[in-house]
Amino acid sequence: METTSSPVYQPTSAPLSSRRHFRADKFDFWSFFFSGLTGLATLLIVGILVVILANIVYNGWRGFSWHFVSTIPKKDFFDINTTGVLPMIVGTAFRVVVMTIFVIPVGVITAIYLTEYAANNSIITRIIRAAVNNLAGVPSIVFGLFGLGFFINFVGKNMDYVLHNTSAVWGQPALIWSALTLAVMTMPVVIVATEESLKAIPPGLREASLALGATKLETILKIVLPQALPGIMTGGILAISRASGEVAPILFTGVAYYMASLPTHLSDQFMDLGYHVFVLSTQSPNIQQTQPILYATVLVLLLLTFALNIVAVLIRARVRKKLRSMH
Amino acid sequence: MPTNNQNSRRSHGWMGIHRGHKARPMEWLAEKFIFLVSLSAILMVLLIFLFVAREALPVFFGQTNTALVQKPIPPEDLEKHSAAELQAYLELTPEQYAKISKAGLRDLMSVKVDAQNDIPEDFRNDPDAQINTTEWQYMIKPHQWNGYAKPEYIWQPVGQVKKFNLIPLFIGTLKTTLIGLFFAVPLAVGAAIYVSQLARPRTREIVKPVIEMLSGIPSVVVGFFALIVMATVLQSVLRYETRLNAFVAGIALGFAVIPVIFSIAEDALTSVPRSYSQAALALGASRWQTAWQVVLPAALPGVFAATVLGFGRAIGETMIVLMVCSASVVSWNVFDSARSITTTIAAEMAEAVNGGPHYRILFMLGALLFAATFISNLIGDFVIHRFKQKLEGKR
Repeated sequence: METTSSPVYQPTSAPLSSRRHFRADKFDFWSFFFSGLTGLATLLIVGILVVILANIVYNGWRGFSWHFVSTIPKKDFFDINTTGVLPMIVGTAFRVVVMTIFVIPVGVITAIYLTEYAANNSIITRIIRAAVNNLAGVPSIVFGLFGLGFFINFVGKNMDYVLHNTSAVWGQPALIWSALTLAVMTMPVVIVATEESLKAIPPGLREASLALGATKLETILKIVLPQALPGIMTGGILAISRASGEVAPILFTGVAYYMASLPTHLSDQFMDLGYHVFVLSTQSPNIQQTQPILYATVLVLLLLTFALNIVAVLIRARVRKKLRSMH
Repeated sequence: MPTNNQNSRRSHGWMGIHRGHKARPMEWLAEKFIFLVSLSAILMVLLIFLFVAREALPVFFGQTNTALVQKPIPPEDLEKHSAAELQAYLELTPEQYAKISKAGLRDLMSVKVDAQNDIPEDFRNDPDAQINTTEWQYMIKPHQWNGYAKPEYIWQPVGQVKKFNLIPLFIGTLKTTLIGLFFAVPLAVGAAIYVSQLARPRTREIVKPVIEMLSGIPSVVVGFFALIVMATVLQSVLRYETRLNAFVAGIALGFAVIPVIFSIAEDALTSVPRSYSQAALALGASRWQTAWQVVLPAALPGVFAATVLGFGRAIGETMIVLMVCSASVVSWNVFDSARSITTTIAAEMAEAVNGGPHYRILFMLGALLFAATFISNLIGDFVIHRFKQKLEGKR
C-alpha cells in the first residue's frame, strides 16, 4: 500500500505535505541570478586551487625522481643533470623539528592555562588572548626583522660575549635562530588548535576525575591531555605545514644561498626549499631551461606542506565527528 | 590556616598552597609555572615591538646622518663635543663607542678628516652630497635632486647620494593591497554567502575545507605561480606592456587573502541565529532574499571585520610581491610595477650595513608595518567581539 511508505517521498497524492510547495510559486529571476553568481564565485575559488595544483603536479612530475630528491647539488644548482634538493629538504626539516620542540610545549601549556585555569573574563586572560590574536596577524617579514634584531643582534651577540668566542658563532644567522623565529610565529596556531580540542572535552569527564579524588593537575595530565591529543597533533601539524613553507622570516635569520654540506649543528646556516624556489624562479640565468627543476622543487615543497595540511584537516574532521557522537 | 578558611571567600588559602585540606606544593608550583609560560605570548608581542623599534629609534630621533660632505671635526677638538655628537659623527653604535679609548677616537677622527679631504672637488660642490637624506623632509616630501628636471619622490638606497623617500613604497603597498582586496573581497564574500546560506549541506562539507586548503599553499608557491604562469596568461589576455606589474601581484595577493576573508565571513554568516532566516522564509521570502536582505545585513559587521583582517594580511604579505614586481615607481597605474614595504625590507636587508642608516630605515618600515597590522587586527577583533555579543543578546 502507498500509505505505508514515508509521507515525504509520496508523489503528487498529498501536494500540501510535499516540501516543494513551500518554495516561492513564481520563478524569481533575481534570486536565480544572484544564487548563480555567488555559486560562480565559489566555483572560481575552487577552480583557482585546482588550476594551481594541477599545473604544478603536471609540470613537476617530469623533473621529479629519486635521484633529484637524494642528490646534493654542486655549486651550480641550475644544471638539470646534476642538481638535487637533498640539502634543502634536510635544512627545512631540521629547522622545523627544532621549532616544534620549542613551540609545542609553550603552545600547549598556554592553551591549558587559558581553558583549565584562567577565569574567563579576567583582565590577564583577555590580554593573553589579545596577544595571541595579535601574534597571528603580525606580517611574516616583521618576524624576520625581530629574529635579526632580537635573536641574532641581542641574544646571539651576548652569548658570544659571555662564552668568550673570538669570532661570531651565535651572533650571526643560524639554524636555531630561524627555528626560534618560526616558533614565535606559529605559537598562535598551536594555541588555537589545542584550545579548541580542550574545550571540546565534556566537563563531565573532569568532574568525574575530581570527584574520585584526583587533583587538578592529575586530572589534566591523565584525563584531559590524552583526550586532547588529536587536537594537539592537528595544531602541531598545522604549525609544521605553515612553517615549512614560510620564507620571509628566515631570510635574515639563517638561510643560505648555497652550502656545500648538510647542516649538522644548531649554529650552522642551512639551505631551504621555499627559499630555493625563490632563488630558482628569480635568479635563474635561463628561465626556460631551468623550469623543470623549478617545477620539481615546487612539487617537493607542496608535497611537504600540503600533504601535512591535508592530514591535519582529516584528523580534525575525524575528531569533530567523534565529539559530535560523544555528546 | 584556619583564619583564611573563615574570613575569606577565597578558600584556597595563601597563594593557593593550601587547596582543600591538604598542602600540595607541587600543584601550586605547576599552576604558577603554567601561568608564567602562558604569559610568553604577551612577552613575545612586547619583544617584537621593542626590538624592531629599538633598531629604528635613531631614525625617529634624527641621529643618523648620510651626508657625504660633512664639516670635519679636527681630532684636537675631541673634548669640545659631547659623546652623543661624536658617536653620530663617527657612525658608531653605543657599544662600539663605549669600547673605544680616547686615542682610538682620535685616530678615527683623523681618518675621517682624511676621508673628507679625499672627496673630489666637483663632487664636494654637489648640493645633494651635503644633505642628510634621512631627515623627515627628504623622506616624505619631494626634493629637487641634482640632475632631475623637477622635484621628485625617489627611493634609491644605493649609490653615492642615498635617497630614502618613502612615498613610492607607500604607493606601491597600497596599490597591490587594494587590487588584491578588490579582487578577493567580492569573491570571498560571495562564496561565503553561497556556502553558508544557499548550498546544500553536502556541497558545503566539501567546499569549505577545499577553500581553507587554499591557505595551506605557501606564499612562495603562489608567487611562483603568478610569476611563471599567471603573468604570461594575463598579459596575453589584457595586452599591457610591462609583464610583471602591480596588477599581477595584486591578483596573486588576492589568492592568499581569499581564504582569510572567506573563513571569517562564513563564520559570521553562520553565527546569525537560525530564527532570523526561518522567520524570513516563513514570511514568503525566497532563499536569496533571505540571504541578501536578512542574513547579510545582520552579519555585516563580521564581513567588515573579515575585510579589515584581510587587509592586514595583504599588507604584510612578502614573497608574492617580491617575486612578481620590484621596481619602485611613483604611479597609480595598476599596470605599472610597484615595490611594497615588505618587498623592500626583504630585498634590501641583505645589502644594508648592520647598524647603518639604510638598515635603520628598513627597521623603521618594519615598525610601521607592525603598527599598521596591529591596528587593523585590533579593529577587526573588536568589531567581531561586539558583533558576537550583540547576537548573543548581551547588549
